[in-house]
Amino acid sequence: MSKVIERTIDATEHPISPYIRMDRMPHIWCPTCGIGTVVKCYATALDESGIDINKVSIVSGIGCTGRTAGYMNLDGFHTTHGRAVPFATGLKLGRPELLVTVFSGDGDLVGIGGNHFIHAARRNIDLLVILINNFIYGMTGGQNAPTTPITAKTSTMPFGNFERPFNIPHLAASCGASYVARYTSLHVRRMTKAFKEALSRKGFRFIEIVTPCSTLYARLNKLGTGLNLINYYEKSSEIRNGVDTRDIDISFQDKIICGKFIDEERPTFLDMMHDHYKRTLGDRYVPMSNEGGMIRE
Amino acid sequence: MKFWRKPLDLDQVEIPRGEVHIIADRCKGCEFCVEYCPKDVLEMSTEFNAKGYHSPIVVKPNECVNCGLCEMICPEFAIFCIQLENRRLVDQEIESFEPETTPRMVAL
Amino acid sequence: MKTDPLGVLTGEHYLDGDYACGEGAMAAGCRFVAGYPITPSTEVVERISQRFPMIGGTFIQMEDELASMAAIVGASWTGVKSMTVTSGPGFSLMMENIGLAAMMETPCVVVNVQRGGPSTGLPTMVGQADMMQARWGSHGDYEIIALCPESPQEAFDLMTDAFNLAEEYRTPVLFMMDECVGHMTEKVVIPDPDKIDIVPRKLTRAKPEEYKPYLVNGNMIPEFARAGDGYKFHTTGLTHDEKGYPVMSEECQAVLVKRLVDKIRLNADEIAKYKEDGVDGADVVLVTYGITARVARMGIDLARKKGVKVGVIRLQIVWPFPEKRIRELAGKIKAFVVPEINYGQIVLEVERCAAGKVPAILVSHMGGGVHNPEDIRDAILEAAK
Repeated sequence: MSKVIERTIDATEHPISPYIRMDRMPHIWCPTCGIGTVVKCYATALDESGIDINKVSIVSGIGCTGRTAGYMNLDGFHTTHGRAVPFATGLKLGRPELLVTVFSGDGDLVGIGGNHFIHAARRNIDLLVILINNFIYGMTGGQNAPTTPITAKTSTMPFGNFERPFNIPHLAASCGASYVARYTSLHVRRMTKAFKEALSRKGFRFIEIVTPCSTLYARLNKLGTGLNLINYYEKSSEIRNGVDTRDIDISFQDKIICGKFIDEERPTFLDMMHDHYKRTLGDRYVPMSNEGGMIRE
Repeated sequence: MKFWRKPLDLDQVEIPRGEVHIIADRCKGCEFCVEYCPKDVLEMSTEFNAKGYHSPIVVKPNECVNCGLCEMICPEFAIFCIQLENRRLVDQEIESFEPETTPRMVAL
Repeated sequence: MKTDPLGVLTGEHYLDGDYACGEGAMAAGCRFVAGYPITPSTEVVERISQRFPMIGGTFIQMEDELASMAAIVGASWTGVKSMTVTSGPGFSLMMENIGLAAMMETPCVVVNVQRGGPSTGLPTMVGQADMMQARWGSHGDYEIIALCPESPQEAFDLMTDAFNLAEEYRTPVLFMMDECVGHMTEKVVIPDPDKIDIVPRKLTRAKPEEYKPYLVNGNMIPEFARAGDGYKFHTTGLTHDEKGYPVMSEECQAVLVKRLVDKIRLNADEIAKYKEDGVDGADVVLVTYGITARVARMGIDLARKKGVKVGVIRLQIVWPFPEKRIRELAGKIKAFVVPEINYGQIVLEVERCAAGKVPAILVSHMGGGVHNPEDIRDAILEAAK
């Protein structure tokens, strides 16, 4: 057996350090939870994109994923349950030069926040929305989610879920999202690439990441550890870029179709607004500046 | 390197090298890095860290090719790699090279 | 500072209260509005959406009131003065994010053109029954600022106060109109822009690496950093310390919530705004607000003709309540009379401040119309006995 490297290392040498509030580590996420992996991939994407991170804001709602905004070293807004998307909408429209990312869990984004999600996609608001889907409400103790696969057990469906879950990429695509992709938290390279690509696009960009919840989802369903869930992703995920989003429902412990499904440039809400007012009002139109509508002294 | 046959230019192959660093006390013992390291550089330690978890240890430091997978997949930001200079295989390694017949293909 | 002249439609106009309110917001520097249609408030956003493209403002009609409120809180973090407009049912939906705005200390204005309730109630008819909801509507302890205009002119004028108070105290400010004022059309004089003083967003001058978003120095109001200026701050609806980081402890809760309440409670005298008429030497004092204040004027005139010494305090700012003034008067008069279009809300506050020294008599109207001035007169006469 080779010798372990014996150099004392400083935790701040970790390349993610500039993007994370190191004074708040360790984070609250359970062992084997996938959220940390997604955060790392997002930070890497930011780093490799060379974006001015002073102009990047992160908004999240409530739940395990909701904590993301508090851990990233960006302008971070930890808002109310389900309202991350409309909050982010205000932030973006208030200062259009901002690059706004929403981190949201499945219950937050399409349970309590479902109405906001579809309307933001319909309007093509310029947001990158990252959904962390673990099929369950984690923070509150394993209740049924709008993504829980049929037959999966949750604390409020102790005999197995009988409600049909959302196919969220399809929901986003059918509402007009300009970029739609899905990966699992095992797909670290593809996920990072998708984040990078989405950061360079405009409009409502939606990326779903399926992540393990060992504390509740795996335990209630006797699926073993988080590692077992990751192994399941390895065996059952299939990359099929460009596939029709109607065909990518996720059944219990069944195939997870991953890939990039939609990548189409469409005019955003602000593009449409500017063009329309320029056309209809001509010189009378005074657009809010890219820097925002704040009145300075 | 994992190949299904022995490459003819094996003596010319430049192998990237990395140095794995583990911030042991941040680890919560998920084992993702150990499971998915393509070079089996890591193993779980039998020791406990400050939080009471078993963290990984580097057992084959010379095997690391700086792919960064452990760094990317670690949910705790507890592991990272530093790039070292590339190296070439030594004669002994070329001689003893055995292609893998069933490599584990993981598309990440 | 003086306001941005772009938003000010100087001149004499014939406007309803909703339009006047919209003009007031634009004159006060509001440049972001998110709203959802609801009677009888919709004309406010109709006016704004008509004029915003020409003054550099952005209006978005959101999918519901939850979203509208969340959007204006988000927008405010870019430094823009933001507002939403609604009525009873929508006001109920906004409560969650009004609490968020209070907790994150986000300046913004919420207009509620009150109609009859509960529930869908009387959508097109007047009510004043959301006054206690304005005070207590969102969960947890916090204090709020709420204004009440009695006319379209005042709907215009008080809008500047509303936006300025929001900036001054870093808090959501509620603008409690009622359907009568909203739909009443009268002359509204809009002054020159150099006559309108506005409070700009007070941005921190601290260096980003030293900045703490909820650090206070004496005056209880933390300095503001806007998103995108490199401060990389964190803010949350969770109980937080001065760094804005969540801290789940009794101590942190005590420090934070006490300050959120005290920054308004201890400044109540400074914030208070009311108009008095004939209070000195009065036997009976009316406490009134909104449209009821105007109806009450006739009741007062009728009572004065009968020889009763009656004064009136008209609340332009209802919350924080002018507790000190009411307590003072309680020792000098025979009774308070409180006419309002509900089954007793502000009367409870008057009663609390009167502390049993004198009665506070409610003249209730259940909504859908305004008081009969004779009912108010009769209550005054009864109180003066």
